[in-house]
Amino acid sequence: MTSTPAEATATERAWKGFKGGLWRDAVDVRDFIQQNYTPYEGDASFLAGPTERTTAVWKAITDRFPEERAKGVYDVSYDIPSTITAHAPGYIDRDKDLIVGLQTDAPLKRAIMPYGGWRMVAGALETYGYPVSSDLEKVFTEYRKTHNAGVFDAYTPEIRAARKAGIVTGLPDAYGRGRIIGDYRRVALYGVDRLVEVKKEEKEELDALPAGNRSLEETIRLREELSEQIRALGELKAMAASYGHDISGPATTGREAIQWLYFAYLAAVKEQNGAAMSLGRTSTFLDVYLQRDIEAGLLTEETAQELVDDFIIKLRIVRFLRTPEYDELFSGDPTWVTESIAGMGEDGRPLVTRTSFRYLQTLYNLGPAPEPNMTVFWSPQLPQGFKEFCAKVSIDTSSVQYESDELMRPRFGDDTAIACCVSAMPVGKQMQFFGARVNLAKTLLYAINGGRDEKSGAQVGPSTGALISDVLDYDEVLATFDEQMEWLASVYVHALNVIHYMHDRYAYERVEMALHDRDVRRTMACGIAGLSVAADSLAAVKYAKVTPVRDETGLATDYVIDGEYPAYGNNDERVDEIAVWLVEEFMRKVRKHPTYRNAEHTQSVLTITSNVVYGKKTGNTPDGRRAGEPFSPGANPMNGRDTHGYVASALSVAKLPYEDAEDGISLTNTVTPDGLGRTPEERIRNLAGVLDGYMASDGFHMNVNVLNRDVLTDAMEHPENHPQLTIRVSGYAVNFVRLTREQQLDVLNRTFHSSL
Amino acid sequence: MTSLALGPAGPVTPAGPVTSVGPVTPAAAATQRPSAGSVHSWDLSTGVDGPGTRFVTFLSGCPLTCLYCHNPDTWRMRSGRRTSADDVIAEAAKYVRFISASGGGATVSGGEPLLQPVFTGELLHRMKHELGLHTALDTSGFLGVRATDALLRDTDLVLLDIKSWDPDTYKKVTGRPLRPTLDFARRLADLGQEVHVRFVLVPGLTDDPANVEGVAAFAAGLGNVSRVDILPFHKLGEAKWQALAKPFTLHETPSPTPDQVAVAREVFLSHGLHAV
Repeated sequence: MTSTPAEATATERAWKGFKGGLWRDAVDVRDFIQQNYTPYEGDASFLAGPTERTTAVWKAITDRFPEERAKGVYDVSYDIPSTITAHAPGYIDRDKDLIVGLQTDAPLKRAIMPYGGWRMVAGALETYGYPVSSDLEKVFTEYRKTHNAGVFDAYTPEIRAARKAGIVTGLPDAYGRGRIIGDYRRVALYGVDRLVEVKKEEKEELDALPAGNRSLEETIRLREELSEQIRALGELKAMAASYGHDISGPATTGREAIQWLYFAYLAAVKEQNGAAMSLGRTSTFLDVYLQRDIEAGLLTEETAQELVDDFIIKLRIVRFLRTPEYDELFSGDPTWVTESIAGMGEDGRPLVTRTSFRYLQTLYNLGPAPEPNMTVFWSPQLPQGFKEFCAKVSIDTSSVQYESDELMRPRFGDDTAIACCVSAMPVGKQMQFFGARVNLAKTLLYAINGGRDEKSGAQVGPSTGALISDVLDYDEVLATFDEQMEWLASVYVHALNVIHYMHDRYAYERVEMALHDRDVRRTMACGIAGLSVAADSLAAVKYAKVTPVRDETGLATDYVIDGEYPAYGNNDERVDEIAVWLVEEFMRKVRKHPTYRNAEHTQSVLTITSNVVYGKKTGNTPDGRRAGEPFSPGANPMNGRDTHGYVASALSVAKLPYEDAEDGISLTNTVTPDGLGRTPEERIRNLAGVLDGYMASDGFHMNVNVLNRDVLTDAMEHPENHPQLTIRVSGYAVNFVRLTREQQLDVLNRTFHSSL
Repeated sequence: MTSLALGPAGPVTPAGPVTSVGPVTPAAAATQRPSAGSVHSWDLSTGVDGPGTRFVTFLSGCPLTCLYCHNPDTWRMRSGRRTSADDVIAEAAKYVRFISASGGGATVSGGEPLLQPVFTGELLHRMKHELGLHTALDTSGFLGVRATDALLRDTDLVLLDIKSWDPDTYKKVTGRPLRPTLDFARRLADLGQEVHVRFVLVPGLTDDPANVEGVAAFAAGLGNVSRVDILPFHKLGEAKWQALAKPFTLHETPSPTPDQVAVAREVFLSHGLHAV
């Protein structure tokens, strides 16, 4: 790196008091954190409430929510394709904003991002009654190809048929793939200029062609990408300058650190309408700066909290323009600004700081909210004061999710963050190719019907011959199921390869990838839906007598079940082992197929809210589920079949092997307050205990809702009285009143675990 | 809390005549410790059936017929499923790892577990010594005389439901006399056994100030009561009465208001008890 003496001095001033050396010589945020953070092992008593300013700024936003809810969007910047620098600066309140920057020139005003696909932009504008510019249409259909157009150029007829039948659904071929986390902290720690220098060096290493064991094509692609990354960093600096900030050098104060980091994140959400635009693991990093300022007398607890509150307000109002089809899949306008909090360090010190508490405190200072998606890395070793504060926040706001630090840390290290809901990745070192999910329940029906779709009758899967016996035979079902799964895995991975090839080509995440190391680990993140339906159906075939009801064409469209079968969700090995086998077996089949950029295969057991859509597209199933009925979300057992309480239910889920579902296993639990104990104190202690117990039993993820059913019922009838009512669904949280009625009913009908 | 066991109920051989109330000597217990009992269901609950998260075994059969019972489906021993202690312990064993991390234990409840004292003793003994769990016995105390000292030694905590102080009210609520429960409570006090007292507050039935005062004064005088749970009456079990074609006479009775609960709690607090 070359720098002038003046720059060197400025950097030394910015880093004054910071310890350690490795992170100074190379981009290494983790080392900086480890050398400089102060673990906090106390309780929540130090926290400060909101200032008048905070309350006023947040009110200016919440006053706009009713209109946004009524119209679907508050406003749209309909004629400016968004780039990092496309929009003029915007403010909530120019005099009051402490942390500045908006996606467009006004709050809640959504941008258009046509690189993903013009049809989606035009469709969304038409849906919400905004004009569609014919000039832009010409640009993005005649002159500039989009990701969506590229994908459909390369899809095979087989992929299209599988997509149409809904056996593969929700693919990111018509929306941004997201789930890439830039290491936004790098901008605060090093300033943009240093990061540009590093990127230039990384590119120079590739000047000799082809470099290392990379192919010629790979090398050229990488060089082009690095050039784009460098360009994006320049735009990031220009965008910050438009707000009056020079971010070429490192941040010098806590406020600047938050601002620099936020600018970097803002650049990403100006450029990409990704399905999940997660933030990373920022609280303990920022704590180093806030702590330094507090020790220097520059900040008090109240002013430090105020900065955090203002930052969180900005994260709460990230918005994307989306189509109704997207909203049907991922209901409630989610953005997955996931922030990963706490966890343990590899050296045994908790990564809990006062700022970990401050982030959660925003749920009191600003009220409950679905975003940012507060995700606590839970370990039984976390300090008790923090555990109890988390439990209290969950009980009061239902806005927190928990993931097992004990499962992630050994695999990914202690500077790992969650993208979206349950996808772990070391920050700045790993990215994923998001792959939505396939419908395992429908696949089982294909096995019974020899590859014919139970709804359309069309031959979609391979012709394995319909099973013709009166009563389904378990071994026969398994044999054809194996063939159908084999086919599905092949079609699926093929589709994902096409999608990600095109996404890299036409909608590359320039600024997010600029905040990664050059040589990142890539995963191909596959997923399965309908796990509990498939497992229960197989258990029914194995332990009860299941007789198909066939139509005149021989298509099995319904099932008569005689006798009882053990249902997934009761910690009953007879069926849980089937669920485990499904996860292992599908993963094994996925791994057989080559991937774009040699990405490593992973899978998730996560549906988000797509369990409703999947259910709609799937006929009657042998477990007794009726056609159209929603699947259970994620890895959850089916509603009402888990009859021994939520711990038994959770321990069935905990058996699913993380090593074959490294992209995450999602469990959502809804308990009534009474189901946790009789006094507030014992509820807190008991919930913390339940999380300890689940993680100690190898559980991976738990969404915790603490709600009374009547609150939800009232919110359906009187949404205006519950503007901030937040509930956790599969892997994220939503404003309950922003869900479709169908989704609301699904949530309401899910098992409420309470004690009678 | 109860939930239905999966599958049809198997044939049940009652462990003894439901109405017989007599002591089981340690010697008898040693020779007739049955390997099976009548089990209604099992369940995991948190903060309801004793401290923390607990594996709760609900045994079938109860000599009382409380007007407000929310589990009338546990009254008849023959409606339970004959289940071996081995099976119950094997099921509970699946939760030992969870419970040792979460805090909690195992509770034997019902029905009235002391209707099957030998089986109950077997469960408590093995929960405590084989699985290493904190153990609780949830009982009305009416059959307390059947609890051997050995059974009580295997019990870390007794959840003792004193349904009323006034004998007439007790009889009206439960169909049985109060006296055996008080005798059992005194015996537990003599043994220094930790007890949580439970008291269901039913407006117009158990909430008479003198009645509440009587329970509170008695509990405070025992010296071994570390907590009193005032459980507000609710009607969530009413559907079970209907399913059993039994008349639910408290249909018109409201749940107590928070103020009524607070008044009752104040009475217990005034006696120096930890009441929630």
